Amino acid sequence: MARVVVDVMLKPEILDPQGQAVQRALPRLGFAGIADVRQGKRFELEVEGPVDDAALARIHEMAETFLANTVIEDFVVKVES
Amino acid sequence: MTARIGVVTFPGTLDDQDALRAARLAGAEPVSLWHRDKDLKQVDAVVLAGGFSYGDYLRAGAISRFSPVMETIIEQAKAGMPVLGICNGFQILTEAHLLPGAMLRNNHLHFICRDQKLRVENTGTAWTSDYTEGQEIEVPLKNMDGRYVADERVLDELEAEGRVAFRYLDVNPNGSLRDIAGITNAAGNVVGLMPHPEHAVEPLVGTGKTDGLGFFTSILKKLVNA
Repeated sequence: MARVVVDVMLKPEILDPQGQAVQRALPRLGFAGIADVRQGKRFELEVEGPVDDAALARIHEMAETFLANTVIEDFVVKVES
Repeated sequence: MTARIGVVTFPGTLDDQDALRAARLAGAEPVSLWHRDKDLKQVDAVVLAGGFSYGDYLRAGAISRFSPVMETIIEQAKAGMPVLGICNGFQILTEAHLLPGAMLRNNHLHFICRDQKLRVENTGTAWTSDYTEGQEIEVPLKNMDGRYVADERVLDELEAEGRVAFRYLDVNPNGSLRDIAGITNAAGNVVGLMPHPEHAVEPLVGTGKTDGLGFFTSILKKLVNA
């Protein structure tokens, strides 16, 4: 079965306090040199049948209407080999 | 004759009983609606109450927005039926694109529960006619994902059209842009806000005031006079 990954990230202009909290914790834990952290979501979809243009178009539609809220989030669809 | 006000229960809704009670105290006939039922039971208006429908999975309101009852509510709201979204209900309305913008995690990352002062800035909506323009009210606020965001163009449009219906006073509790606590659609029938008017309808509980009752008396007057 083929795997398609949808990565969802807050748009760059949207404040991400969760990412900031992670970033602020890093020096205390001994991880230096990280200037910024943004937190997102990753969806792994196990696709039945071929991952052709039609299947990818459906996944794109799914991401746009459901997995991401495009008012605040961007998404990327990737086929994993 | 009175009006029928429906309140939807999703899995994880918490404040449906308070909303039904508020509708009854205002003189309306409260009607329970079920998330899996497309039938709105001939209600004249709908309240989407607070809580954590579907556990806020994915995003607050993101899954509820696709439930069977919402299909009918979205269709009817576009045709003019009054809809009030409180807290999680507001989140559902933005996810359904009945209201612009989106709700995100509070900027300080803490759950907040406090009595909150608001200014009523638009009394022309179906749910706010019993208030006076600029009136200050105090109702409970309790949420995790209460930070209202929209892009600058949408914010400017909302301000220009007077569609910022409620603004936080004294303190901005969650980082909402331009202190926005609630908004209305252009037609004034769909209103959403983060604070909870349904918890401030009797002197015994909530803030000790009845500042929230006006939402329910407003809609009742509108429906009965219609």
